[in-house]
This record gives sequence, structure tokens and C-alpha cells, in this order.
Amino acid sequence: MSSKVVSLREAIAAHVHDGDTVAIEGFTHLIGFAAAHEVIRQGRRDLILARLTPDLVYDQMVAAGCASKLVFSWLGNPGVGSLHAIRRAIEAGELEIEEYSHHGMVARYAAGASHLPFFPLRSYDGSDLAAANPLIRRVSSPYDGEEIAVVPPLNPDVTIIHAQRADADGNVQAWGIVGVQRDAALAARRVIAVVEELVDSSVIRDDPDRTLLPGTVVDAVCVEPFGAHPSFAQGHYDRDNGVYRDWDAISRDPSRLAAWLDEWVRSLDGRAAYVDRLGPAKVDALRPDPRPSGSVDYGSYR
Amino acid sequence: MSDATPDEVMIAAAAGELAGVRTVFVGIGLPNAAANLARQSVAPDLELIYESGVVGARPTRLPDSIGDPALVSGAAATMSMRDLFGGFLQGGRIEVGMLGAAQIDRWGNLNTTVIGPYDQPSVRLPGSGGACEIALNAQRVVVVMNQSRHTFVERVDFVTSPGHRRPDGSGERPSWAGAGPTAVVTQLGVYHFREDGEMELAGLHAEVDDETVDAGTAWAMLRAATITRLPGPLAQTLEAIRRLVG
Repeated sequence: MSSKVVSLREAIAAHVHDGDTVAIEGFTHLIGFAAAHEVIRQGRRDLILARLTPDLVYDQMVAAGCASKLVFSWLGNPGVGSLHAIRRAIEAGELEIEEYSHHGMVARYAAGASHLPFFPLRSYDGSDLAAANPLIRRVSSPYDGEEIAVVPPLNPDVTIIHAQRADADGNVQAWGIVGVQRDAALAARRVIAVVEELVDSSVIRDDPDRTLLPGTVVDAVCVEPFGAHPSFAQGHYDRDNGVYRDWDAISRDPSRLAAWLDEWVRSLDGRAAYVDRLGPAKVDALRPDPRPSGSVDYGSYR
Repeated sequence: MSDATPDEVMIAAAAGELAGVRTVFVGIGLPNAAANLARQSVAPDLELIYESGVVGARPTRLPDSIGDPALVSGAAATMSMRDLFGGFLQGGRIEVGMLGAAQIDRWGNLNTTVIGPYDQPSVRLPGSGGACEIALNAQRVVVVMNQSRHTFVERVDFVTSPGHRRPDGSGERPSWAGAGPTAVVTQLGVYHFREDGEMELAGLHAEVDDETVDAGTAWAMLRAATITRLPGPLAQTLEAIRRLVG
């Protein structure tokens, strides 16, 4: 099998096009900042950005002019406040929004992954969300006539996930919070996996339960250590809460935000340069102490 | 006289609402502190369940975000959000959902979406996250929020998470839904809900009087038959909160 390992620059150039629906998923954990920054550097436009929690990653992409629409379920800077670039773009009429609840977004990816026309869920009764978003509808059960809310499938043109490790065949392993990563990838037409570490296939095959996505659904593997910073990668680095807190003042001020994008994205040629700019002291400070799990015995069969 | 801050009073009172509970769905901020405090005191068997799919978290620090590596290390389980929201929450396996809000009305409808009209808001808030389905599917809901005439309002600007009736008093909860909000904890007191779904004052924190409650409510707040004078956090509880919140 030929290797799926390519540079992140090549992967974004090949798989992310103007006007695409893009999902950079990862619920608080393993957020694909390295990939998002490469999309910004390559100047993509008119993207429909889907994500449960747009987070700093989409605030940066919106500020950089990559997006025309946002599909989401919780719009904020976790534990801090607002995402000001997104808020300004919405207020200026430059960014359309399509809003759900978390379970609604989860169900949309599930429908997309399973090739279903819609997904039913017990939500939205008595809420104004369905009135705000006409794509949240109701059907009656053919079994007992009960009315239930449904949401439409979401099939991103490309889903980008970050994970701890993969092999060259594209088998991806992740641990810790896995959020909606699997459904978001299975729903997508193309999948880019960005990983902290490339490992030998034997490492994956010795522990298949930990595989989030088999290589058959992954189009490209890119190796970018620290690529989820300032979010975290379980066992590799901690969440950089200071960056999230500092972002509030940066994103409030469009000129500071433009300068930030120049300094941390556009003037750099990739994640390695970003990590250099962070500096070894910061990187070391974010490294956790070890807490390895035990291992299990799958057995070797004759 | 206690030197507890209003937030500390709320955290302690909200923890008290979790006495004996086994499973709580927690958000970030005050509910997170309250749930962690409850596990150390009135609910030792409490399993903290986070939207991110972490079940039975034993965090060694109070996280900034509901997604934090310290929630995972030492937890009982991590699961996909499809399993969490589907099999766990929708399956009726969450006893208490703890929610915050920017606005609440007398029926317990919660707004975390917008202040002002949806299309032209004066303040855009984060939105639902999982709150809408937590409000509907948890066996019951405890609300923790600051109280004033701007937050305890006659009409919420947007119903993100449904309470007992529609804002105009019509309708009722779907037959499959949980009991909805059973308690609201604020810096002034604790509120419960009558049979018909309307909120009533059930307890007052130390040094808060009736008039302060009325001044902090934009409708005529009902009174429970007996209004408890809440004791406020004990010294050891206050110490535990300060260790948690840092």
C-alpha cells in the first residue's frame, strides 16, 4: 500500500477548495489549529465552516476571511466569553449562521455518516431553536404517530481531525475525549488526519480497539507535533488556558487581531515555526507528567 | 457572620441540591464548582458527567473548560458524544442536569442564546450547547444563576432550554421528558416550582430579605408555604470551595 503521508500544505491544497463545507472537529480536545492556519495561509474563501463549538479556531478563520457561513451549536470562548471576530462578522452581515444544539449537530453527523435522510432526537420541544432554524423539523413516527424532532444529514466536503498517532496507511488512533470525531469523518467526502506522531503499523495493530478511524476512510496523514495547540492532546500537552484568556482582548480589536494573524499564521511557513515561536519553555510547561495505562492482552492465536 | 462571597453562597447551596445524587451532567463555571463540592461532601457517590463525553471525572484541578485533560485522567469512562447524548442522556440515565442562564422566567424557561431579537440581537450569547436536550431529558434540572430584574424576567427573549410551560403560560412538557427545573439557586435564595409549573421562593440566604427578592424579580414572585432561612456555607465548606476555585 502506498503511504498516505503528505505535508499539511499538500493535503490542504489537494482537499480543501473555495466554497467547500469544512468540518475541523475535535470537542475541546485535539482541535486542528495547525490545519486551520494552513487553510488561512492558502487563502481559501467562502467556506461553510461546521463545528459544534467554533472556538478560537473558527474565530481566526473568520477573521482571516475564509468563511461565508457557520454551522454550530455553542458559540463562545469556553470559560472566557465571546468570539469577537465571529460576532463582528455576523453583525456586519458577512457571515450567515445555522444554529443547532449539541445533540442536533451530533445527530447531523450521524445521519451524514450513515447515509440517512434525517436523524430523530428528543430535543427542541418547547424551545425557540426550531423557529430560528427551519432545518430543524418534525416527523411523526410510523409506529405510534408520536411527533419527534429531526435534523438533516451533514456531509462535509472535507473533515479534518487531529489525533495522537497514525501509521502510514492512515489508521488513526486517539484517546481521551473523542467527541464527534468518528462520525464527522465518516460523514465526509474527504478526510485529513493530522497527528502528533507517525508510528509503525505494528503499534496500531497491537491495539486495534484504540483506532478511531481505519485507513480506508482517511485520504491524507500529516504529521504536525503540537498541531492542536492551544487546545490539548491527551498525554502530549495540556490545554494552554492563557492563550484562550488572552484571545479575548486580541479578538476584540480588529487591528490587534490582524497583527496576530500576521505574526502567528501568515509570516510562518508551518507548525514547526509556530512551535519555535512559542519557545521551549512554554512547550515544556505544557507537557504533563506521565500516567500510562496498563496494557491488555489480545492474545496470539494459532 | 460569614465572609462568603455571593458566588460561594451559590456554590454551596447548589451543591446541597445534589445530596444523594449519583449522576449529574455539569457545565462549566458555578455548576462545575458546585458538583465538585457536592462530591466531596453531600454526594460522595456522585459521578460527574461532562458534555465532552467524560463520565465519572475525578479532576485534580478545577478546569477552565468542560474539555480538559484533567477530566479524562482518572475518569470512569470516555465515550463518544453520540453515545453520551443518545444512550446516556436521552436514555434517561442522568438524574440531574445543572444549567446556567442569562435569563429565566416564572416557568423555568432558560435563555442562553440572545438578548433582543434573534436576527438583530443586542447581545449574542453562546447558544444551547447541550442545554436544550439536557433540560428536556435529565430526570430533573437544577439552575444556578445570578438574579436581578435583568435575569429574572417577565418574558425571556429566546427560549433556549424549555421549562414547565411556554412563556405565555400555555402548553406543557412532552410526555417523554424529565421533570424539568425543580430548583433555581441564586445569590439571593433558592426557588422551587409549584404543581402548575410556576416558580416560588423556597429559601432565603443569610441576610437577604423578601424585599430584595422582589427587587430582583421582574414578576410577582410567589412564596412557598414555608420559606427556609438557609444557613450559608459552614467554615469547612467555604475552605473546600476556596480549594476548588483557587
